[in-house]
Amino acid sequence: MASQVKVSGADLELIDVRKDFPGFTALDDMDLHIPAGEFFALLGPSGCGKTTTLRIVAGLETPTQGQVLIGGQDITNMKPHERPVNTVFQSYALFPHMTILENVAFGLRQRKIDDPLKKAQDALDLVELGHVGARRPQQLSGGQQQRVALARALVNRPSLLLLDEPLGALDLKLRRQMQIELKAIQMEVGLTFLHVTHDQEEAMDMADTVAVMNKGRIEQMGAPEALYDRPKTAFVSKFLGQSNLFVGKVVDSNDSSVSIEVGGHKVTVDKKRAEKHTGTIAIGVRPEKATFHTENPKLGSDHVSIGQGEIIDIRFTGVSNQYLIEVPNVGEITVFAQNIGKSPVIELGAKVWVSWKVEHSFGLSDLPDGTEDQG
Amino acid sequence: MAFAAFSNNTPNKNSGAPVKSGKIVLALLLPGLIYLAMFFFIPLVALIQTSLEKRVTTPSVHFEAAWNWQNYVDVIDRYLPQILRSFGYAFVATIIALLISYPLAYFIGVKVRHRPVLQRLMVTLVIAPFFISFLLRTIAWKQLLADNSATMDFIRQLGLIGPNESFIGTGGAVVFGLVYNFIPFMTLPLYTTLERLDVRYLEAGSDLYASPSKVFRKVTLPLSMPGIISGTLLTFIPIAGDYVNASQDFLGSADTSMIGTMVVQDQLVTNNPQSATALSVLLMGTILVLITVYVRRAGTEELL
Repeated sequence: MASQVKVSGADLELIDVRKDFPGFTALDDMDLHIPAGEFFALLGPSGCGKTTTLRIVAGLETPTQGQVLIGGQDITNMKPHERPVNTVFQSYALFPHMTILENVAFGLRQRKIDDPLKKAQDALDLVELGHVGARRPQQLSGGQQQRVALARALVNRPSLLLLDEPLGALDLKLRRQMQIELKAIQMEVGLTFLHVTHDQEEAMDMADTVAVMNKGRIEQMGAPEALYDRPKTAFVSKFLGQSNLFVGKVVDSNDSSVSIEVGGHKVTVDKKRAEKHTGTIAIGVRPEKATFHTENPKLGSDHVSIGQGEIIDIRFTGVSNQYLIEVPNVGEITVFAQNIGKSPVIELGAKVWVSWKVEHSFGLSDLPDGTEDQG
Repeated sequence: MAFAAFSNNTPNKNSGAPVKSGKIVLALLLPGLIYLAMFFFIPLVALIQTSLEKRVTTPSVHFEAAWNWQNYVDVIDRYLPQILRSFGYAFVATIIALLISYPLAYFIGVKVRHRPVLQRLMVTLVIAPFFISFLLRTIAWKQLLADNSATMDFIRQLGLIGPNESFIGTGGAVVFGLVYNFIPFMTLPLYTTLERLDVRYLEAGSDLYASPSKVFRKVTLPLSMPGIISGTLLTFIPIAGDYVNASQDFLGSADTSMIGTMVVQDQLVTNNPQSATALSVLLMGTILVLITVYVRRAGTEELL
């Protein structure tokens, strides 16, 4: 029952949850377990089902099938107001007819908790907005409203806090600042946070675990570093950061590595970093892991080397430049190089070779969209 | 430098502009002001003046301009039951109209929001009665509610009223007619407010442990106050002054007369314009006081 105040977070479990809307399936038999006290991010493009997942947990949507458990208790059939869950809405949804303080005290009053105004004031102080209690929501800036929405949810000490793209409406600088504050507050209060976002940097920056969603399914889940280092599907490799993907038939496979042939070049991946070892597979590498050389580097088998290609585009991004290299029969390869010395480090039109360490290659379980499986 | 230049130039430009636009505004306002003066201000003054006239018997019986407040004492004395009944009926009819309209407006404005064709059709149905004259519809109700009508036979069979009782001519019939005739004035403002109600506030309420009934009382109702206030004013004011429904020619009887009925009688039947005007001014003043108090209360507590 909602009136039980839990001091710390509880774990969330989704078992086989499915949500069908007329004409499409928003969630396709989803299983998910979020341990207590974790900052968990659901990351995906719009329409991937992440917001539907959050609304099902909040009780604002009913799943077509499956179960939702919080702290081991089945809450699938509980009404939203009975669930030990609070949400920070994308639009904040602060009540316009109440003061800020009354907004924050709302949940406490509903549960008849003693001294609601004092506790609400403390929650406002936590988000450094103690001085705006008497104002109306429409008198606050977007960033302030966001923090009030956070205080209004946190003051109830829910087992689970849901964040529905709460930083989406803020400008970049404020968003970065709020990310840091949000993470600090989460560590301070020790609640379980479920954060829904389409911003990969936000997810990687704040979350302990990130689940990348696509078309109503979780494609891959793990620590941000692990997801970035070893994406397992083409979608994840492209959605979380950038990737160079090479598709080819396996021509060489031994105990430790798998190689494919792409346009006359051999691209190798460590066997334990490859999802598939036979047939046509995709191997990728992150642009910052690759380097280019003005002469054929003649590297050993612990490197992948492709060339000769031509620099066809250079983009300045501040700390680094983004070089686009066209290699005949292979396609375009992106390489990031830091602007430590002069910028750019090489001119447009230069002939170069691209190489990277085999240990940085990753092998995918599927092929990028638009590529045919050649057997 | 640039700021200094601006600050020197702008006053010069501005000083010419307000005079010019002021003349244009006045010219545009003039037809409206003339209309208001001729059809509102002058009649109002004439009305008040008539209501204060004194009856003089010498040399012959006629009325003189005076400050004869006795006219007001007389009408209150004579028509107190009708005055109280008017506001009583208006109050009850407004409450009933609100209770019927609110769920209806909520349904049209919120529940069928995602089906615009159905929504427009339902709004059209709400205003459809206006396509037929108010008097004709009220006369039709008189037929339907007449003692020997099929409708009444049916209502008697349901046991809602006794076999030998009438419905027509009772206070209930008058209130029924008032509610029926004025309900669109309640439904439409409520609909426009509820149509804009952001359901995310309701979701936020239920997320913050409020049960559906609490969400309604703490979130939906306060957010729809502007509609409730304009709806109740638009029904209460005309109902308090209505003279059609309560008249014996329509749904009422001698026992159901309202202020409007008495004004008509004094003015057209007994030829006593002083009494009729005093009653009219009294009605207007009372309504003005009542709605001022109402809007102030509702305004300060719920709207701001």
